[in-house]
Parts: sequence; structure tokens; C-alpha cells
Amino acid sequence: MIDLAYRPVAAVLVSLLAVPLIVASRRRPGLRETWTFLAAAAKLGLVASMLPTVIGGERVDAAPLELAPGFALHLRADAFGIVFATLASALWLVTSVYSVGYMRAGKEPRQTGYFVAFAVCLSATIGIALAANLVTFLVFYEVLTVATYPLVIHSRSPEAKRAGRRYLAYTMLAGQALLVAVVWTAAIAPGEELRAGGFLAGRAGPAVLVAIFVLFMIGCGAKAALLPLHGWLPDAMIAPTPVSALLHAVAVVKAGVFGCLRIVGWVFGIDLMSKLGLDLALAVLAGTTILVGSVRALAQDELKRRLAYSTVSQLSYIVLGAALGSAPAIAGAVFHMVAHGFMKITLFFCAGAIHARHHLSRISELKGLGRRMPLTFGAFTLGALGLAGTPLLAGFVSKWQLGIGALDASQPIYVAVLLTSGLLNLAYFFPIVRAAFFDGPTATETQEAGPLLTGPLLLTAAAALLLGIFPDAVASFHSLAWQVAGEIASSPPQLAGGAP
Amino acid sequence: MRDHLPLLAIAVPLTAAMIAPLLGRSSVALARGLAILASLLTLAAALGALAASLAAGPVRYALAGWPPPFGIELVVDPLSGSVASLVAAIATLVAVWGVPSPDRPGGGVFWALFLLLVAGLVGIAVTGDLFNLFVFLEISALAGYALLGAHDARSRVAGFRYLLVGTVAGSFYLLGVGYLYALTGTLNMADMAARLPAHAGSPLVTLGVALIVAGLAAKSALFPLHGWLPDAYAYAPPAVVAFVAAVASKVSVYALIRILFDVVGSAGPLSTLLGILGWTAAAASVAGAGMAIAQQDFRRLLAYSSVSQMGYIFLGLAIGNEAAFTGALLHLVSHAVMKANLFLVAGGVLWRRGGCRLDDFGGLSRQMPVTTTALAVTALSMAGLPPTAGFFSKYYLVLGAIQEGAWWWLGAIVLSTLLGIAYLLGVLERAWFGERASDEVGGELPPRLLVPIVTLTAAVLAIGLFNQDLVEVVLRHALPASVR
Repeated sequence: MIDLAYRPVAAVLVSLLAVPLIVASRRRPGLRETWTFLAAAAKLGLVASMLPTVIGGERVDAAPLELAPGFALHLRADAFGIVFATLASALWLVTSVYSVGYMRAGKEPRQTGYFVAFAVCLSATIGIALAANLVTFLVFYEVLTVATYPLVIHSRSPEAKRAGRRYLAYTMLAGQALLVAVVWTAAIAPGEELRAGGFLAGRAGPAVLVAIFVLFMIGCGAKAALLPLHGWLPDAMIAPTPVSALLHAVAVVKAGVFGCLRIVGWVFGIDLMSKLGLDLALAVLAGTTILVGSVRALAQDELKRRLAYSTVSQLSYIVLGAALGSAPAIAGAVFHMVAHGFMKITLFFCAGAIHARHHLSRISELKGLGRRMPLTFGAFTLGALGLAGTPLLAGFVSKWQLGIGALDASQPIYVAVLLTSGLLNLAYFFPIVRAAFFDGPTATETQEAGPLLTGPLLLTAAAALLLGIFPDAVASFHSLAWQVAGEIASSPPQLAGGAP
Repeated sequence: MRDHLPLLAIAVPLTAAMIAPLLGRSSVALARGLAILASLLTLAAALGALAASLAAGPVRYALAGWPPPFGIELVVDPLSGSVASLVAAIATLVAVWGVPSPDRPGGGVFWALFLLLVAGLVGIAVTGDLFNLFVFLEISALAGYALLGAHDARSRVAGFRYLLVGTVAGSFYLLGVGYLYALTGTLNMADMAARLPAHAGSPLVTLGVALIVAGLAAKSALFPLHGWLPDAYAYAPPAVVAFVAAVASKVSVYALIRILFDVVGSAGPLSTLLGILGWTAAAASVAGAGMAIAQQDFRRLLAYSSVSQMGYIFLGLAIGNEAAFTGALLHLVSHAVMKANLFLVAGGVLWRRGGCRLDDFGGLSRQMPVTTTALAVTALSMAGLPPTAGFFSKYYLVLGAIQEGAWWWLGAIVLSTLLGIAYLLGVLERAWFGERASDEVGGELPPRLLVPIVTLTAAVLAIGLFNQDLVEVVLRHALPASVR
């Protein structure tokens, strides 16, 4: 077996190594897909093999690779990183199966390029998850931007071109902001790595620190779809549904919130955030995004666009948790990364299955479809209920923690925000479910999409249910979330936004 | 042998230049072969001298045995060795590329001029004498005018304009050197560096240095003295442009660095000059990128992009601390590689599709996947995305700017990067989205054209991934003493 110290690097590289194999077998789809599955399985295996060590409280540290003086690529698996890495690699395996079904059903062109881009994206995502310093984070973050572009423009239609341009405009701008922020941090705190509790306190005056924070938030906030940098996400729905499902519900957007949380907890530290008043500002921004995203979701008729706005809203739950800073809030934020991942991917898988089997994409067209696709819509219902925070589903666990966290941080208004968002979730999901099951013509036969499409969505829905009842059942996500909280949260109770 | 390496680096291409027309009479391919061989030997000599200078200090050679400061001295230290090696390396790859349509009359003369250009540029790099630098400057300029201007009617006009600007620039340089000579009585760089401080603050020194800087800045196409560049690059044969665009302006920047930092140093108005250069460079980087966006011809786009990218190098010099200077030197090397590659790709598209406008890039990814990949990687590097060479030079520049608090210049770097992404994306979009023209024949480029492109693309990635070695082993020692 590979030595523990090499596993972070191996986990990042394994899908890159699959790329030439995928290209070489481009004329034999069966073989080509096998390479993707093998890479995904290997990646998940490598990441999962590091879980026991991290759960036990240790970190898995790979040797740094110096690329320039003061510029080292360094990978390290700590609790937060392993949560994201496990989520991404597990869902990649599931999405690979789904992708095969989707691409074959739609007889999509350019499949080799598609699978290659996916492999590179997942390498980059694991690199982001396991980054031990800002420079490593930056490198993989930019690689992710570049590698997702071909997937967004996959169909090569004029809309795809426009969506791709918009995507790059937002992410490249964010990338430059992130570059300046990272370099500035390196200038005032040379040689520092990500450290629980932050390392920037006392390194510079408040004006400089706030400026750096703003730049970081632009940098990570674009991918995290924080207002007002969220505009690219709904347009990016033009991509094939597996792309929307994994990348724009899990990998890319979670990389953004992952980054936000890393900045808050490991660069600035909750205490510094509070001293500078940044926690209050971030909480307000996150709260606004939660509500605006939910409201805009109501207005969408395109199913994927409604899901996109829902994602905009749900991602800010995680940012809110970071801003609140208390232990339950952090734990809730981390667990929501996982919970939302499973629930949202279920919804996107359903949207893709509906499109693949019946070529429908508008909500107004879905009447009665629930009776012809009971499994799909059953899974959809579970996912929707979970996002609204219904008990027994994963979303409830994280929402509950976030609510307690808001109270712990003496910010009860955010409990109201969370509750309102939950109601809005029901408002924009419930009509879909109701129309699907109770409206429209009665069905004579079941017309589900094929097993390659239906299987994954049932699996992820089941996982969402399982995580709701036994939050530690999968990869000990819940314990890991609390471990993260233990590392970075402020001691309770905290007065947020107060002067020292 | 070690001591003769600087001389060999100049003598080999010069001699080969004289033999090339003779060989060209029997076969142009022979002349091309000679050019490749000569470039390789020059590369070997330059690299050898560079290695020797890193190991044991600068390699000095007194021409004809006359000792300096009376004789002409050739000096290879890490900075000049790097520049000379860069010139020779790109020359070799361009020579391999060759001239796509070898049915030109007097093909051997083309290679003779090419080798003269190489000799001239290497000469500028390794000389230790200010007037000798002028001689080599003129040699390379004349060869350059002929090469750039001898293609067709439009290139003749563009070449003539380049000739005018270049001659005036060369004259400025000579005048500046003249003033300094009048003041100090020496033309040897090291000797002048020793003698100038005694005249520090003299208006003659200021005037002389200003004239030298103006001349070399015009040769480097620093905005707003860049007007000759886009036309010259757009109408000349691609191989020529690839070489000239990649290295000619870099050598002029080298000369500027050498004179400003090592010869003049604190004796002249250095901080004022650098301040002016910095603001001009900031304007150059933004204006060049802005103008590139508007271009429909790929080569003109690359020309304006060069104006913008040279701005980064000058900004690095102007910011002046170790990080920024390292970034400037790294960018000098990486931009040479990237620009050469992009012009060779342009040449490939021109050869395959008969035109080099952005419209001619439609559907390129399907017809020429390898070339498009090379284009994409290099474009990403120009845009400064990791882990390519362009990212690291940008990192150093940004670090230097922040350390010095040069916020406006930092803003210029960021803005021009975003504009750069815009115009490069425009090209890539055409390659991926556009439709092929109907009368398309053939697939990927032939090996002779593809090998240099692939090599340069690999170099872009290698410089990025191994920039640590490049910086630590070579560039760190190439920094002027005052910056280290």
C-alpha cells in the first residue's frame, strides 16, 4: 500500500494519470469509461484511507514541494479538508455512473473531452481540499476554473458561449483578486501556512487586513455565489446536467465556500474577524444572499435555474455559519457542505433524468410526471424536503446546528433568516412535487430513465436520508464537523461584531 | 576553451552568415541546415559560458588580445549568458521551423541575414564595451530591417518605418554614449562604472543617460514609442516575426538593465528615470492590452500584446526590489518563449489556412488539435494562470509591487491581466466554437512545423514547474548588485 505520507499527493494525481488513458481509449467508450471509474474509485479509496487517521485527531501531511522561494505546494489532510475531499470523490464516483447514462442517452458529442475535463476538475478539487497553504489553494483554485470552462461550453451553442464568457468573467476577476490577496498575505506574513485560529492577527493595521479580507471574499465569493457575484451560476446551467450536478452543486461552488471558511477560520481566525467587525459584515451578506437567492428561485420556470438559485441561497448557509463563528455554527456549516451536496445532487440528477427520458426542462411541463417517474420524483421529494430542513433528513441536522449557533453568537435574527429560507424552500419546491404527483394526466405505465440515471439519484437520496437519521453513518461526517468546530470556533458565548 | 566561449558565440553565427549564401546557391535546405547547426553551436557556447560564469565568476575575453579598457572586452556573466542562451535557443527552434515557402529567390541570403541577426543579438548580450554594443545593435537592426521588410509590398513599408525609428533610436544611443565618453574618456562598461561616480550630478551625465534610455526604449517598443511594431510584425514572414518578437526587444531591455544598473548606477538620475519608466510601463501594459482586444488579425493582436507584456518587464525594473526584478527577468525569459510559440502557431494557421485573421481560427480544434492545445497552454500562460511560466513571473511582480506599496502599478498589472484574458479568450473561443471553412484540406501541421511548437509549449510548462531552479540557480545571480 502507498505510504500514508504520499496519499494526499496520490489522491490529487490519480485522476490526472487517468487523463492520457482516457484520451488513448477515445475510440472505445467502454474502456474509456472504465478508466474514469477506476480513477474515481482509486481517488475515493485513497481519500477514505486517510479518514481513520484524521478522525483520530491526527493530520496526514505530505512533504512540501518548493516551486519558488517562499512558494511551496503543500498538501495536508485535516478534518475540514478530508470532509470536502471525501464528499467530492464519493460524489464523483456516483456522477461518473450517471454521466455515462446521461451522455449515452443524449448521444452527446465530445465525450472524451468531457471525461478528461472532469478528471482534471476532480484533481483540482482534491488539491483545493487538501491545500495546506494559501499558495497551493490558489494554484488548484485557478486550475479548477480553467478545467471547468470546457464543460460549461460543452454544447458549443451560442448560449453556452455566452454562459462560458460570463463564467470566466466572474471567475477570472475573482482569480485576480485572490492572487493579490494571497500575495499580499505572503508579503505581510511570509512563510505562514493555514493555521487553525488564523495567523494574520497583528501583522498589519486594520485597514490593510480589511482590504485583504475583501479581496479574499471576492476571490472565493464568486465561486461561492455570494451576492453580488452569483450571476454566473444560473447561466452556467446550460452545461450538461452531470456537470451542473457535480461541479456547480458540489465541486466548484463548494470550493468557493470551502475557501471562505478557510479564510475565516485558518487565515484570519474567528477572534480577528470579530475584532475587525468582519464577522458582522459577512453575516449580513450571507443572510441577504440566503433570502435573495430563495426569492429569485420562486420566479424561475426552468427547473435547473430554480435549482441554481436554490444553490446560491443554500451556499450562504455555510458562509453564515463561518461568520457566526460559534462552535455549533461552524459544525452546522461544515455538515451543511455535505448535506447540501447530497441533497442538491439528487435534485440535479432528477432534473437530468427527466430531461434525458422525456426531454422536458420547464417546471410548467412537469405536471403528472411524478406518476410516470415515481422513483425519480420520490427522490426529488426527499431532496427538496431535506433542503427545506425537514427532520429525518440531512438538511435538518445542519440547519438545527446553525440555528443553535446563531443563538450562541447572540444573533437570533439569523434564526429567523433560516426559518424564512426554509419556508421559501418549501414554497418553490412544493409546487413542483404537488403538480408532479397530483396534477396532469394519470399515468398508465412507469417511464423512468434508465438504471444508470435512476440508480445514482436513489443512492444519493438514500444517503441524504441516512445522514439525517444517523449523521455519523457515512464517513463520520458529523464527528468531523464537530472536530472542525473544535479547531477554529470561538469559545461560547460570543458577542459578534463587537469592539475589543 | 572556457575563455573563448564568448567569442565563439558571436564568431560562429557570423562565419556561418558568410557561408550561407554560398550554400544557398546549390540548395536552400543546405543553408537552412547550416543555420540550424550554427544556432546549436551558438547555444552550446552560450550555455557553456553561462555555466562557467555561474561556477567561477564572469568569463572575460579581450578581443585580439588587447586588454581592457583600451581593447574591446566580451563579458559573460549570469545575466548576459542567460540572454545569449535565450537568443540562441529560440534561433535554433525557428531555424528548424524554416521558411514555409522555400521557393523564394535568394533563399540562402535569407539565412545569411538570419544568422547575422543572431550574431548581432548575441553580440549585444556579451559585449562589455558601449560602442561595440552600438555596432552589434546596428548589425542586428540592419539584418532585422531586411528580414522583416523583404516579404511583400506592405512589409516593405513597415520595414522602412522600423528602419527610420530604429536608426533614430540607434543614433540617440550613440549620442548618449558619446556624451559619456566625452566625460569619462572610456567606452569600456566596467571602466565607465568606475569613473562615472566622479561626475555624478553633472547635467552631461543626465543627458547622456536619458538619450541612451530613450534610444533603447524605442528599440524595445516601449509605449508610446511602439508605433513601428504592429505593422512590422503583421506583414513579415512568421518565422522571422517569431524570432524578432521573442528576442529582439528582450535584448534591448537587457542592454538597458546593464547600462542603467551596472554602468550608471547611482551616478545618474536613476530613481527619476525608473519612475518615468514605471509610469510609462504601466500605461503600456494597459494600453497595449486594450488595443489588442480590438484587433482582428492575430499577428497584430500579438504585437499589441507584446507592447503590453514588455510593460510588465519595465514595471518590474521600475519597482526595483528583489522580487519585482526577479519577476521582470523571469518574464523576460518566459515571454520570449511564449511569444515565439504564439507566432509560430500563427504561422502554422497561416500556412494551413492561408490567412491569420481571427476568423481563420474557426474550428481549429478539430483540424489541428495539437496546435490548438499548444495555443491554449501558451495563452493560459500569457494570462498568468498556474502552473505555467506566466503565473510565476506575475506572482513575483505582484509581490514586489505590494512590498513597495506601488498600488497604482499593481492595479495596472491586474487590469492588463484581465484585458489579456479577454483577448486571448477571444482567439480560443474561435478555435473551439467557430466553423471550419468549407475548402479545408489536411489535418495537423507537419512535423517540421509542429516540433518547435511542441518544444516551446513544453518549455512554457517546464519554466513554470521548475521556475524555482531557474530563479535560484541562474536568475538570482543575474540580478544587479544594487538590487540583491
